[in-house]
Amino acid sequence: MQRPLEISSLSKTFDTPTGPHTVVKDFNVKIQPGEFISLLGHSGCGKSTVLSIVAGLQQATLGGVIIDGTEVNTPGLDRGVVFQSPCLLPWLSALDNVLLAARQAHPTLAAAAQREVALKYLNLVGVAEFASSMPAELSQGTQQRVAIARALSLEPRFLLFDEPFGMLDSMTRFELQDLVLELWEQDRKTVILVTHDIDEAIYLSDRIVLMTDGPEARVGLDLPISLPRPRDRRMASSNADYFRLRAEVIRFLDHHSRQFNREAA
Amino acid sequence: MKSFLTSFALAMTGILCVVLLWAALAGNVAPDLPSPLKTWEESKPFILQPWEKRGEMDQGILRMASYSLVRVAKGFFLAILVGTPLGFLLGSSTLFYRMFDPTIQVLRPISPLAWLPLGLILFRQSEPAALFTIALCSMWPTVINTMHGVRSIPQDYLNVAKVLRLSPWKKFTKVWLPATLPYMFTGFRLSLGLAWLVIVAAEMLTGTPGVGGFLWQEYNSLIYSHILLCIVTIGVVGFALDRLMGLAEAKLRAA
Repeated sequence: MQRPLEISSLSKTFDTPTGPHTVVKDFNVKIQPGEFISLLGHSGCGKSTVLSIVAGLQQATLGGVIIDGTEVNTPGLDRGVVFQSPCLLPWLSALDNVLLAARQAHPTLAAAAQREVALKYLNLVGVAEFASSMPAELSQGTQQRVAIARALSLEPRFLLFDEPFGMLDSMTRFELQDLVLELWEQDRKTVILVTHDIDEAIYLSDRIVLMTDGPEARVGLDLPISLPRPRDRRMASSNADYFRLRAEVIRFLDHHSRQFNREAA
Repeated sequence: MKSFLTSFALAMTGILCVVLLWAALAGNVAPDLPSPLKTWEESKPFILQPWEKRGEMDQGILRMASYSLVRVAKGFFLAILVGTPLGFLLGSSTLFYRMFDPTIQVLRPISPLAWLPLGLILFRQSEPAALFTIALCSMWPTVINTMHGVRSIPQDYLNVAKVLRLSPWKKFTKVWLPATLPYMFTGFRLSLGLAWLVIVAAEMLTGTPGVGGFLWQEYNSLIYSHILLCIVTIGVVGFALDRLMGLAEAKLRAA
């Protein structure tokens, strides 16, 4: 049995010209294997900082991230990351971008088999037909699909999404949310999604971790989303629990932003 | 097409104006300056038989230019061979940058005329001394542009390299090199221009056959029209080199 991913007493302080600035302080979350959680909060509250520390791209100042009883502070192939922008390398085709990851995850496979892996995931996210296209020829949504395929082809235990749909138009956003939900239903990887979209967080997650406003952001509210699965979008217009959860999230965010404004004033 | 013709016509008119000014000055305001016509008459054997070799310093102008071009090519390749890795080091390591940037800033403005004697002392022969001078003077734009290119690699790409745990070699070939290539090429183009600029000084001082050497010899032999022939040749060849590099650069950016 796999143990939870633990974010334990995490603090992150940046040195700024005006003195040290603590973005996140004493942040604690345990994420069970196969759980889909969202980190939700006002922009600038430090949720992306937390994710980036989990990804190993930044170091915690205090505390840290524990996977299987071991502290991790470097990136690892057990964690697939999808960034806000697709971050495809523009000089490589869609396939070669995914292949770059597939080769890392399967260094011992023959070249043809690595190619199979990359194609499989391009196919899974529905963009196999664009395998030989260059990123610049693809729409933003298609590029993000390729980026998801790249993360999946590592065949990681954890998927980390950093506001992955923030730059997309709403129709494309819906499509990609459904894609992520569908992929997660298939193999139940552990997912951490950073977002500021309330509906997205409720629709996708098992649990929403709401962050207080920074500086010194903490876990403000740990809200289980007990909506039945599989979910579909009609729920948002018909389900009473959905409305209740939505109201709760809004109340939290509203309260905290007002408190924040008061403190700022 | 029409706009091209207009540009061409305007450029030709500009050249004509300069030639007319030259003709007006020659013989009266500047008594020793050969007129355009005289320059043409005396340069004809060099232009009309451009590959002719009549003696060590008496060769067709293209042949002379080709000697210079080969010398420039050698010096230029030496420059980018040293300059590109240096640029990568400076761009990737703050420590290295802080150690060597001040020295580079001091070395950069030194004229080829100052390096050449040092090269002659070091190598005791004119040819390696010339290459040393060309390489040393022309490598700075490559160094600085490559460094700038490395610094400009978007953080996004570096993050991708990190989360995919690419090996240093893969990081270099798949991310750094392709991201830096356009900057490197801008550096190469500027370096080639400088290398061509330096060639004349190098050949003048070493007296080796080539356009620069020829220019200096004809100055000493008081055949002033050949100086003008050399000047025009140097300009035209330099222009052609820059255009060629520009085409290569544009092709690279489009790819």
